[in-house]
Amino acid sequence: MLSKLPSVAGRIALPFMLLALAGCDRIELLDPQGAIGEQEKNLILIAVGLMLLVVIPVMALTVFFAWRYRASNTKATYAPKWSHSTGIEVVVWSIPCVIVLMLAVLIWRTTHTLDPYRRLESQATPVNVEVVSLDWKWLFIYPDYGVASVNELAVPTGAPINFRLTSDSMMNSFFIPELGSQVYTMAGMQTQLHLVADRPGTYPGRSASFSGPGFSDMNFDTQAMSWDQFNAWIKQAKAAPAILDEATLKALEQPSEKTPPTIYASAVPGLFDRIVDRFMTARMPKTASLSGPICTPDESVSRRND
Amino acid sequence: MFGKLTLDAVPWHEPIIMGTGVVVALGGLGVLALITYFQLWGYLWKEWITSVDHKRIGVMYFILGIVMLLRGFADALMMRTQQAIASTGSAGFLPPHHYDQVFTAHGVIMIFFVATPFIIGLMNVVMPLQIGARDVAFPFLNSLSFWFSAFGGALVMISMWVGDFAAMGWVAYPPMTELGMSPSTGVDYYLWSLQLSGVGTTLTGVNFIATILRMRAPGMNMMKMPVFVWATLITNILIAAVFPVLTATFAMLAADRYLGMHFFTNEAGGNAMMYINLFWVWGHPEVYILILPLFGVFSEVIPTFSGKPLFGYTSMVYATAAIGVLSFFVYLHHFFTMGSGADVNAFFGIMTTIISIPTGVKLFNWLFTMYRGRVRFHSATLWTVGFMFTFTFGGMTGVLLAVPGADFVLHNSLFLVAHFHNVIIGGVVFGSFAGMNFWFPKVFGFKLNDFWGKVSFWCWLIGYWLAFTPLYILGLKGMTRRLNHFYVPDWQPYLFVALLGALVIGAGILAMLIQFAVSIKDRKKNVDLTGDPWNARSLEWSTASPAPFYNFAIVPHITSLEQHWEDKERGRAWRKETDYEDIHMPRNSGVGFVMGAFGFVLGFALIWHIWWLAAIGLVGMVGAFLSRTYDRDIDYYVPAAEVARIENERHALLAKAV
Repeated sequence: MLSKLPSVAGRIALPFMLLALAGCDRIELLDPQGAIGEQEKNLILIAVGLMLLVVIPVMALTVFFAWRYRASNTKATYAPKWSHSTGIEVVVWSIPCVIVLMLAVLIWRTTHTLDPYRRLESQATPVNVEVVSLDWKWLFIYPDYGVASVNELAVPTGAPINFRLTSDSMMNSFFIPELGSQVYTMAGMQTQLHLVADRPGTYPGRSASFSGPGFSDMNFDTQAMSWDQFNAWIKQAKAAPAILDEATLKALEQPSEKTPPTIYASAVPGLFDRIVDRFMTARMPKTASLSGPICTPDESVSRRND
Repeated sequence: MFGKLTLDAVPWHEPIIMGTGVVVALGGLGVLALITYFQLWGYLWKEWITSVDHKRIGVMYFILGIVMLLRGFADALMMRTQQAIASTGSAGFLPPHHYDQVFTAHGVIMIFFVATPFIIGLMNVVMPLQIGARDVAFPFLNSLSFWFSAFGGALVMISMWVGDFAAMGWVAYPPMTELGMSPSTGVDYYLWSLQLSGVGTTLTGVNFIATILRMRAPGMNMMKMPVFVWATLITNILIAAVFPVLTATFAMLAADRYLGMHFFTNEAGGNAMMYINLFWVWGHPEVYILILPLFGVFSEVIPTFSGKPLFGYTSMVYATAAIGVLSFFVYLHHFFTMGSGADVNAFFGIMTTIISIPTGVKLFNWLFTMYRGRVRFHSATLWTVGFMFTFTFGGMTGVLLAVPGADFVLHNSLFLVAHFHNVIIGGVVFGSFAGMNFWFPKVFGFKLNDFWGKVSFWCWLIGYWLAFTPLYILGLKGMTRRLNHFYVPDWQPYLFVALLGALVIGAGILAMLIQFAVSIKDRKKNVDLTGDPWNARSLEWSTASPAPFYNFAIVPHITSLEQHWEDKERGRAWRKETDYEDIHMPRNSGVGFVMGAFGFVLGFALIWHIWWLAAIGLVGMVGAFLSRTYDRDIDYYVPAAEVARIENERHALLAKAV
């Protein structure tokens, strides 16, 4: 029953939502460009469809009852003492219960399959990206390739992207609407996110969580490209004039707005973990600089902050 | 000498702020001049400022809400204009630091100084009347609560011209709100104004719980309490349970900022996630604190104007209680994207959808109250039907946001913004205005003009849908909240429609102001002589309009859930008594006002680090409190003869009406 109903519900929901959109505009979240976004789109449509099964009748009945039983309509039945019906009570408690039961099953399943921390099952080689939110720009480090970039993210299509995220300062939320889920970035902590881009294209990304005066320009473009193009991009990056060392990072840590996209030919290994650890070891702030003792991250332990 | 306060704290170079300042100052001076001209100072002091009468305090709460609504709405218009013009690369007219203060102030004001005063005002006016009490359990405390809230609001207002307000969103998440990242006074204004008003709200919670549990008229057992009283009881239990959490959370943030502690800092072992959890431990029950009283209002309005008892009273009571309990188990849905595990996210998602069961039941019960009724379309009815229509949709989008997988893309988006405006405008605002139109005659003795009430309703309803449907769509288009400028021409048409909607809502607010003016002008024409202008059902309609300061000359004996209706059916209503007794009443007190004013001084001094002034504020508060503690002359008796005279006048009017 459950497997069928959602698809029926989805079909009811779709025209309703499209109708509401009342335009020929593209609705990005309903036209996602990656598998995660695709599943989330379906989830939204199914959940809305299920709820519309109750919501449409209630909204329609509200208007209908109010009109039908208007005081001037003396033809309508008037039952001035009627205020209880066990039958109706059973029905009005049961309907929401049934819908919520179905939603609960849906929630339990999809929350696990769509868990941002879950690695995507795929034959393709994954790409690891380390994301650091700075005031007010995004730093992307490619540990497998040794390159890094600011405010520009290149990914190969079809490959699972394993993000590890943290913040160097304010809390932000890393969000590429057309690819799917967002996750917070927080100083001294590491979060994870797994996305995939299925089609080549440019997908805008931004911070979804307000982080101060430069927040509105904390944007970046996600360039999804074929593996060949991606390899070429990496090659090109390695030839870039700038490198990401501690001095560059210090400069990046200075608050700045509208930072143009920059590519760094090399990044100091372990930089991401040191940015995270800097806040962890900061009980004695004096020693807590980037040149301080480096904690080796234990890959088997996911530092999950829940 | 003056701490951080210098003349530079006034934003002289900001034309918008200074212009507003001039208008407000001129308006304020005008009001003061009028009060002086008509020699109303003594009247205001004796009859209002020092009043401990729950009806007067309720009215003052409502006035506070309406004044602050004007400010909050001006902020809303500025935001909608900014986003509409700054969507194609233009910088707009509000620079980020100003814009960020505007959206923060909008949220803080609308939640704490509009919605909260509206519901506390309604509960103040109605609840004691509905349970047949002469006042609340602690009338002086009630006055103190109000003045703490009002002076808290004044602190927020003054931040506009002296220093700046917080610029981080109304939730004030650290680490941004820590001293290192927000060194100006904005966050301190936020903290101390909300601490002051928060203490007021907590005291109200305690006060009203005691009132409902201890002061019901004889015969009124729990299951004979009107649904509004039930809603008030559950609301105040929630207030007493969660407002101390907010106070403690803000105290910790203040300790970080003032005492160099590290509760929520990035450094030295602080953890911002702790703040976010604590904030929403308060914040989610808070939304039920806001909406439950209005569920109560609708449960009074619909039966009255349908000419039928409320359908499924017992269901309603259990549904209200269930919402109260469940509201504690859902708060994590405000941060599904903070990295909690799937089990935790799924648990809170499912708990949230479960809340929709009792809420859905309530909607069905209101529907079946109209079913086979005779629905009269008073403006209170329109607000209620508009609520049912609008709120249902907002409930649905809320449940959608409670599905973690959907929330991962909708969180922090304009879809979320549209959702909570859908339930707060469609629920709290519509409900407050339904209640205002419904109970106005009980307080003032004359009805509000219904035509302008209806104009106001239609503007709000159409304006709401025009303003927020585009935001739902923009959320689905990936637009996130709190953006100051952006280059996405695609979004602009929607933002223009939203701005248009905001203007229509503005027309609704204007219509409401006209409604007040017209009603006051025609007060003789709309006078309510019977005390029961709507042919209503519960106890408050059995006493005169305006209700006498002692509410009931003779304490009623309750035999029915719809006491007044039953009395009318049996011909016992409005019976003239002959034997009156002395009535014990609380004496007015200016101490609440004085303590509130010293609280304001204390808050202002703490914000600007003027320590000697803070000491004066604190000593003044404690001193005023002590003077009250040692004051033995706090009550008096209204002689039976005086009661008889007032009641005879009332019955003379009644005879004229019949």
